[in-house]
Amino acid sequence: MKTFPLGGIHPEENKLSTAATIEEFPLPKQVTIFLNQHLGAPATPVVEKGEKVKIGQLIAKAEAFVCANIHSPVSGSVNKIDSVKDMFGIYKNAIIIDVEGDEWVDTVDLTPTIVKDIKLSKTEIIDKIKEMGVVGLGGATFPTHIKYMIPEGKKAEYLIINAVECEPYLTSDHRVMLEHTEEIMIGVSILRKALGVEKAYIGIENNKPECIAAMTNMATQYAGIVVEPLKVKYPQGAEKQLIKAITGRNVPSGKLPIDVGCVVNNVGTALAVYDAVQKNKPLIENIMTVTGKALAQQHNYKIRIGISYNDIIEHIGGLPDDTAKIISGGPMMGKAIVNLEAPTTKGASSMLVITEKEAIRAEEKECIRCGKCMEACPMGLEPYLFSALINNGNIQDAIGEKLMDCIECGCCMFTCPANKPLLDEIRFAKNKFRQTMMQQQKK
Amino acid sequence: MKLLNVSGSPHVHGDLSVKRIMWDVNIALIPIFIVSLIFFGLDALFVSLVSVFCCVLFQWIIEKFLLKKPTSISDGSAVITGLLLAFNVPSNLPLWIVAIGAFVAIAVGKMTFGGLGKNPFNPALVGRVFLLISFPVQMTTWPKANNIFDLAQTAATTDATTGATPLALIKEAVKAGDMSVLQNLPDYWTMLIGQHGGSLGEVSAIAILIGGIYLLCRKVISWHIPVSFILSAFVFAGILHWIAPASYIAPMYHVLSGGLLLGAVFMATDMVTSPMSKSGQIVFGIGCGLLTIIIRTWGAYPEGVSFAILLMNAVTPLINKGFKPKRFAK
Repeated sequence: MKTFPLGGIHPEENKLSTAATIEEFPLPKQVTIFLNQHLGAPATPVVEKGEKVKIGQLIAKAEAFVCANIHSPVSGSVNKIDSVKDMFGIYKNAIIIDVEGDEWVDTVDLTPTIVKDIKLSKTEIIDKIKEMGVVGLGGATFPTHIKYMIPEGKKAEYLIINAVECEPYLTSDHRVMLEHTEEIMIGVSILRKALGVEKAYIGIENNKPECIAAMTNMATQYAGIVVEPLKVKYPQGAEKQLIKAITGRNVPSGKLPIDVGCVVNNVGTALAVYDAVQKNKPLIENIMTVTGKALAQQHNYKIRIGISYNDIIEHIGGLPDDTAKIISGGPMMGKAIVNLEAPTTKGASSMLVITEKEAIRAEEKECIRCGKCMEACPMGLEPYLFSALINNGNIQDAIGEKLMDCIECGCCMFTCPANKPLLDEIRFAKNKFRQTMMQQQKK
Repeated sequence: MKLLNVSGSPHVHGDLSVKRIMWDVNIALIPIFIVSLIFFGLDALFVSLVSVFCCVLFQWIIEKFLLKKPTSISDGSAVITGLLLAFNVPSNLPLWIVAIGAFVAIAVGKMTFGGLGKNPFNPALVGRVFLLISFPVQMTTWPKANNIFDLAQTAATTDATTGATPLALIKEAVKAGDMSVLQNLPDYWTMLIGQHGGSLGEVSAIAILIGGIYLLCRKVISWHIPVSFILSAFVFAGILHWIAPASYIAPMYHVLSGGLLLGAVFMATDMVTSPMSKSGQIVFGIGCGLLTIIIRTWGAYPEGVSFAILLMNAVTPLINKGFKPKRFAK
């Protein structure tokens, strides 16, 4: 069975919510929609205070190149356009909408029938994806249509669908593959057409046998789509590692997947593309895992964007007493939430509740030079050396040792027997370096 | 509502700790300890106890009164140093000399540099080599190991008999040009089980290998250093033996005698003082193997493992610079 060759770890899987079918999360009283909930420039609002909006109506338009349209996830009236704290406590502009009723714009096909026939042409598909504000749902929220505008001189050969879900705890992709198998296949076919390729690989880790079975079974009806079971190893869902595992191709340092003829999209994105292209439905909701060892019940929700984390916590009946940390994303790469009043955004794949016992870092010891961080690093880097250089203030030498190749997967820090905050140090140095580069450019 | 912890990812940690690694090494040393008790009796017990006790005590004193910081003796690394030092001396070594060795190992070899993780040389070997140079007579007078299969001999007191190690016998023979002495050498089987003269921990190859396999299974060590060490020593000694069998002994003798196996499995693999990358570890192992045979064959001492490992410890930072791990997409 295929996997990537260098490094990698096997964290405890803790997929507690695998069996929880996707539930519709109830509508709140109010939603907060950030103008910047994707990678790139913020969108420009096209509604005004007091204006009535319907579900699926465009409320902010993409004007920059790397940007995505934003649609209203609820019906109601615009309360205000104001700056609001996001989950890290940073003020960002947002449209706040008071919910009234549940009324959709009439262009969206709300029937449950599965539309198999792909009527749109290659360019029409890309325009539709752009119009519907689809962004990558694997975590980076990069506007999807840009990936399909292949630069001059480059050629796509393979479409790779990331259904690895290698992060512990997360099960949203798992449930989507079981409950929307056919829609995903159609979505993949749409993406193949947009890319002009025949071949698509869907990479699924071997710890999800029922997903592999369902998807393989469905793929028999779609020539050219191959389901590729992968050996379980974190971080297989990282773009470069996944491409290496499936095609054997190496994306060199500083290059993009398209440089080796690949385009990678998340399985959730394929479903969003199906909804956008076949059903005319904009990206207004996420599939979100709400899980944690101390929670009495584990959930997978279909949830509109803009609902606050506090609303979710209230809905699940409050937090357990020993909650120490709440994470958006998985435990390896997710981010700890600072402000629970903040709304969810496009691509929010989970709310993970971590107990005190799991969250407290053990006391840091002296590095014993065991080299486990190097063995764990999927990029073949030397985290112990970064740590030593960075602590000596020598960021320039760390850059020379390929610090910027670090994908921040956390394998080194997870493994370190001395409990060194390796990734904290690396992130600090990377940010510092980016700052200096920006200052130099300004000069 | 109480405050949330908002530290950066990863938010979970594996079960590996410095403590676990160090105590794993101690567990791996148990078979050797048992074998030393069988062959050398209470003497081995006293030497080991004094060595371990002194190492832990000296570390505690230095941390508490000189460095004035919380003690780290519970991490088990001082116990390892104590055991390894004991395993590298003869069982009839006066206990006050053992205590001096423990002091040099911990104070000079380890704490001077800042404690566990910062020492460039293997502390136990620093202590051992200090003793070898300062007390050459006491350090090279070995009691004969009990022959556990010969009850009559076991019953007799063993304190009186002293036996040269196989390596010392060979050195004498080569020097005198009289190879007939070599007929007194123990056979391979004896050396594998452990009935020959030598330091506490080097007499039984099997006990060392059991410990080594345990460490491999627990992923505390990898095969790279021990295998390249032993193999390069074997090949180099084999070439010499093949060229002139009369002057150079068979390679298997080199591997099974002296501290080569103990050094290859437990001391050269010391994480703190060996290279980080796998390719670097192989270079390190080969260096240890070659230096051991060179010192044993042409040096002043019959045994060369300690010196070989310490010399390679000294070049470890250079090896780390020159031998990097395989990068992604390279």
